[in-house]
Amino acid sequence: MTSGRVVTARTVEAVWRMESAALIAGLTRLTQDIGLAEEYAQDALVTALEQWPRTGVPPNPAGWLMTTAKNRAVDAARRRATHAGKLGALQRDVEVHEQAAAAEVDDAIDDHVGDDLLRLVFTACHPSLTLESRVALTLRCLGGLSTPEIARALLAPEATVAQRIVRAKRTLRGVPVELPPACEWPQRLSAVLEVVYLVFNEGYAATAGEDWTRPALCAEALRLGRVLAGLLPAQPEVHGLVALVELQASRLPARTGPDGSAVLLADQDRRRWDRLLIRRGQQALTRAESLGAPIGPYTLQAAIAACHARAATAEETDWRRIADLYTVLAHVWPNPVVEINRAVAMGFAEGPEAGLAHVDALDAEALRDYAPLAAVRGDLLARLGRSEEAAAEFRRAAALTRNQPERAVYEARAAASGNAAPASRRSVPRDDRRR
Amino acid sequence: MRYLMLLKATQPASPPPPELMEAIARLGEEATKSGALLDFAGLAPSAAGVRLELTSGDLIVSDGPFAEAREVVSYAVYEVRSKEEAVEWGTRFLDVHRKHWPGWEGSTDIHKVFGPEDMAPSS
Repeated sequence: MTSGRVVTARTVEAVWRMESAALIAGLTRLTQDIGLAEEYAQDALVTALEQWPRTGVPPNPAGWLMTTAKNRAVDAARRRATHAGKLGALQRDVEVHEQAAAAEVDDAIDDHVGDDLLRLVFTACHPSLTLESRVALTLRCLGGLSTPEIARALLAPEATVAQRIVRAKRTLRGVPVELPPACEWPQRLSAVLEVVYLVFNEGYAATAGEDWTRPALCAEALRLGRVLAGLLPAQPEVHGLVALVELQASRLPARTGPDGSAVLLADQDRRRWDRLLIRRGQQALTRAESLGAPIGPYTLQAAIAACHARAATAEETDWRRIADLYTVLAHVWPNPVVEINRAVAMGFAEGPEAGLAHVDALDAEALRDYAPLAAVRGDLLARLGRSEEAAAEFRRAAALTRNQPERAVYEARAAASGNAAPASRRSVPRDDRRR
Repeated sequence: MRYLMLLKATQPASPPPPELMEAIARLGEEATKSGALLDFAGLAPSAAGVRLELTSGDLIVSDGPFAEAREVVSYAVYEVRSKEEAVEWGTRFLDVHRKHWPGWEGSTDIHKVFGPEDMAPSS
């Protein structure tokens, strides 16, 4: 008996969302179709919205939702059978199936939850889908987000997101719902981790829009990462990714000023960093490192984030170690963004000349429109006392970014460089954002 | 959004039944795997604690036990997507008490922890 608890639509949606991933995963096993499974899970939500406000939340909501969704599946099968005019023969099949399915319902929500969820994760993040589709489908099937919520989170038009999900489900229709074979494992796992990290980064350093960060999206990525760590406890890179996002997220409270403005790493009030997330991030990093070599790119990035977390002030940052970690990272995961961050670390460990030399050796063409590159050059030039060149780079960075608070930071730096004394003390460590 | 849950109850005459402890462990595992439960611990009776009180400029130090009939017996930190979700986890926690320890009475206070979402000027 739960008296006094008013069951509103919000209550029903919250409970459904808590169960939705396991629900869709179990239904995907029963139907072998992620699209159908998702529809039946939605049907169960509709039924719950009708009934729970009157009856209260059932004692076993997961079981209730699974039974309800499964009944929808059986009804649908029956309708199809009627339509085909083979009712008699199929009625028996349906009944047999129904009994089997009823027995499976309990299985689906107990022993198999882990395996079902893993199959769902690997299917939603299947390499035959584009990264955007994988992200949308993952937020839908593993986050329980509605299409409008996903559209808001990704700042994409609702119709575009809906279209992506429909197309993704269609693409997956021929794809067996199963765990990847051993030979594909590394590539398939990285397709999953990439989705979680993209969701995190979209929240942490929004590519566009008026908000500098979107904490709810970071929180969703943290949640997805923690779920993955529970499902794949022996995979070092899963813990590496969790460590990375926990450590980065620990800075969120300090990353935005009271007026919504952007506050970069060097200027953050580190007392406002989230100690609980730092502790969890450090634990996850230790776990990743203890699971053995070879050390992967997420674990390396987490190790770098941990260096920042350990520094009580920006001045105490161990830039030598960070620069060395970037050297290793550039080796295992060669890409221009890593090289830019490496240049920043070198700029502090060895001096701005070294950093600038490294940046200038990069393929400028590939990064022509990348705002952070211009900002990093601007900072290194400012520290070398080349104020006018620095101001020009910051103006370029401001023109290139689509994020308004980020633009404000660059514009302020451009103005400061324009009339600043040489060798300004200020600096923009770019480690604060990697994408 | 983050919530701190404080479980309050009178100190029991007998230790909790093992079935309850097992059910709490299972629920905790489920909540951890779902990414919601970040931290938790049981608290020793307040007889092991100390209360510091500042009144009218005087700092008063008194050893436990505290005078309240109900003591805080455990805490848990949850990261969830809505208050309703926090209420659901709290409900499940009290439900295992109801199921495995008949007659037990207690309460859970759910406190919202200030987070980045409270700092953001927009949204």
